[in-house]
Amino acid sequence: MTSIVAEFQRLARRYTADRQHRAFIQKGLSGYYQKRDAAKASFQSWEDARDLAAQTKYDAVNHLDQYLMEFTEKIEARGAKVFWASSAKEARDFILRVARENGVRSIIKSKTMTSEEIHLNDALEKEGYGVIESDLGEYIVQLRKEPPYHLVFPAMHLTRAQISELFQKELGSSPTDDPEELTMIARRAMRRKYCEADMGISGANFAVAETGMISITENEGNARLTTSLPRIHVALVGIEKVLPKLENLALFLPMLATAGAGQQMTCYNTMYGGPRQPDEIDGPEQMHIVLLDNRRTELLADAQQRDTLGCIRCGACLNVCPIFKNIGGYSYGTTYQGPIGSVITPHLRGLQEWKHLSSASSLCGACTEACPVKIDLHHHLLQNRRNAARMKAVPAEKISFLAFAWLMSHPPIYRMAVALGRIFEPLHRLVNGTALDPMRAWTKTRALPKLAPDSFHQQWKKHRGGKPS
Amino acid sequence: MSDGKEIILRHIREALRENPAPHPHSSHPHAPQGGGSSEHPQREWLPKVGETLGEQIALFASQSEALKTEFHRCATQQAAREVFSRLAAEGGWKKVATHSTPDTLALLEGCAPSILKTDNGYQIDDLESCDAGVTGCECLVAQTGGIMISAPSAGGRALSVLPPHHIVIARTSQMRPDLTAAFELIQQRYGANGFPSFLSFITGPSRTGDIERILVLGAHGPKRLTVILLEN
Amino acid sequence: MRISLFVPCFVDQLYPQVAWSVVRVLEGLGHQVEFPDGQSCCGQPPFNSGYWDEARVAARATIAAFRDSEVVVGPSGSCVAMIKIFYPQLFAGDPQELEARELAAKTHEFSSFLVNILGVTDVGAKFSGKVTFHDGCHGLRELGVKKEPRALLEKVQGLELLEMAEAETCCGFGGTFAVKFPTISTAMDEVKCSSILETGADVVVSNDSSCLMQIRGMLEKQKSTVRSLHLAEILASR
Repeated sequence: MTSIVAEFQRLARRYTADRQHRAFIQKGLSGYYQKRDAAKASFQSWEDARDLAAQTKYDAVNHLDQYLMEFTEKIEARGAKVFWASSAKEARDFILRVARENGVRSIIKSKTMTSEEIHLNDALEKEGYGVIESDLGEYIVQLRKEPPYHLVFPAMHLTRAQISELFQKELGSSPTDDPEELTMIARRAMRRKYCEADMGISGANFAVAETGMISITENEGNARLTTSLPRIHVALVGIEKVLPKLENLALFLPMLATAGAGQQMTCYNTMYGGPRQPDEIDGPEQMHIVLLDNRRTELLADAQQRDTLGCIRCGACLNVCPIFKNIGGYSYGTTYQGPIGSVITPHLRGLQEWKHLSSASSLCGACTEACPVKIDLHHHLLQNRRNAARMKAVPAEKISFLAFAWLMSHPPIYRMAVALGRIFEPLHRLVNGTALDPMRAWTKTRALPKLAPDSFHQQWKKHRGGKPS
Repeated sequence: MSDGKEIILRHIREALRENPAPHPHSSHPHAPQGGGSSEHPQREWLPKVGETLGEQIALFASQSEALKTEFHRCATQQAAREVFSRLAAEGGWKKVATHSTPDTLALLEGCAPSILKTDNGYQIDDLESCDAGVTGCECLVAQTGGIMISAPSAGGRALSVLPPHHIVIARTSQMRPDLTAAFELIQQRYGANGFPSFLSFITGPSRTGDIERILVLGAHGPKRLTVILLEN
Repeated sequence: MRISLFVPCFVDQLYPQVAWSVVRVLEGLGHQVEFPDGQSCCGQPPFNSGYWDEARVAARATIAAFRDSEVVVGPSGSCVAMIKIFYPQLFAGDPQELEARELAAKTHEFSSFLVNILGVTDVGAKFSGKVTFHDGCHGLRELGVKKEPRALLEKVQGLELLEMAEAETCCGFGGTFAVKFPTISTAMDEVKCSSILETGADVVVSNDSSCLMQIRGMLEKQKSTVRSLHLAEILASR
């Protein structure tokens, strides 16, 4: 368990030391900030839109059973099959079964972080299925055998030179530093795969209860191709993705595009309500929806943090988080990065093992400000810290805070203690910044402030005659 | 299968039994349960759209052009045919695909490339080798400068996304102000008898920002999108 | 008005001149300032680390110290936020919940107090120099303080205000975060200081001394000539 924290510290150290990388990420994000601000400004009121979105998700999450049942009934009526998976394993096993029973040979995927969460690709590849990621960013990290760096922009950490080198090595293409040419190389490589795949696996951004449809937001068109040509469509959908009504999408599609990518609308927003219908020209013969719990119901049970299930996975919180910008996506060591990842990972994977992500924050609140559905992210980090300490206090911390509390509730003694501390200050100067320095965590990179010769308390007594009120 | 459903539903109900805290950030009261769909509260906050057809067409034109959609307004079928011929000549098109509607067929009448009609199905490789796909649509959305298609109105799912150039032929009577209106149209047209399995908003040619967050057109879907708007 | 001064523990021990500046400004506006003796620490360190029972112990002493106060003013966004925003949560269901809420209601951050309660933006201050302002996160996002410091700085004679690109970006202090995750804290400090230097300002000003401690720590390490001052010190300058 300590190794998870140690790994986090190690990676954080490595990425913060890489100034070039940090500058590169910052540059990519500054373009996003401009576009996002322009898109927000085109709303009559972005803040009111956030309120409405928050209320809608509040309704959806607090009536989750009702809406999931409605969604299932409606989509099954059109011939889709809905499988309810309590765990990652159940979801993986089901999808493998579908592939096996249908003699599937090649599988194409569009972007779904939920599949990362359940480690689906590994399971499929172990069984001998070739799985191609069709989203350009996912395709790139798949070739590099890396996880996604950011939940919306999986390859944002790579330069075009790195991508060119990758394509040269894996696809035998010619070197180029033109993003358009690189995109065309990927497009050509993918074309045949769409046409030949037997099964397309997608995620879903939303699951509309009223009409029994899933909605997929994308720019590239790879999700549309993944779900049009193969004869089987499997959609992996977290249970929290529900929206009550079809017209809720009129609000959420623009908000997702704005917060996620600084666009008014992404290029393709598609609603799928079933497999090919009897009078339709094309489309999959089978559509399987895999509704996934995987401990989301535990998050649901925490009434204080239930709003986190309203997350639309836009990535806006990552884009504004100074922690994320400086340590990068890989340091988190888990599927969901950034503020939302730090908040929900303890619930999905264990509080004691993952509480450090909630501590690795200055609680600046930029995430909460950015969230289109007004999840109280930075306060949830505080709550995670409290929950972790309540469940299992760290002995050294408990003792020092008990001492602290006692001292602070006896102000005269506290003041005496600090006065004593002044005696040690010249001694500290001797070890300042060295391995012996107890304040080394600070003094290694920052000058330490000096204690004032007198505290304000003492000065007030001296100059104002000791009568405080 | 129903086992898994019952287990998850049970977990949900148990979890919700704890009282939900009142919504922390809202200045509005509790969300109404199952709010009326005739209300359209989102219209108050999303960008405003003019009420006249003229305003909406103008908005559609500027929005779609900003997205690099090629927008042509044509008074007659003949004018539309000329637009198509120009595109076909520029692109050296050999074969285009379409589904049969009066407007798609009128557009392609006497055109140079050969035509693959997908009405009764198609071979994937045939469709893949087409230079362009011609479709109708459900409506145009002024607010976003995009169009809405469905399986019935656009010849299925792949016709509008597999060929590298997508051409949409539409009528001014199909203009709608915003997404809310587009959804209303779908509810009116299909709500009673069953929705199609596929509906899509297409807002510009395909693109990606995955390489250094730089915008590139034509990722996997069509690199070019042409919308021809015919007067009614 | 009878104003009770709330002096955060590190202002008390490290930067008493900030507290004196607040006294000077408020007395200069004709108000009576008192300093309740029983205050020590608002309880933020244990609170932020998740030890809420221990935080409550320290907080009770703070509540007691200000029990007879009419209005409480403090030169720190984070400590005032602790009282205004977090005391009600900390004491939810506690016998002292009402007292905690009362204290929260009557406590104000210094710049917000001047502008929003006293209705004052010109305190007669004079300060020559190019100044850039860092928005402490708690003040900015918990208390909504953004335009108040700027409205006050605008009225300071001789002062030129230059906005930095990363004014609203966290400096990386975050309390114990600064020493628990020093590499991340330092990286954030670098971004902040870099943005400060880009403005060409002579002085960086903030309404939170903890942020200034973090920023000053790095500027000094970098041997920069840029000074750092609390907003109160600028406002007290003549």
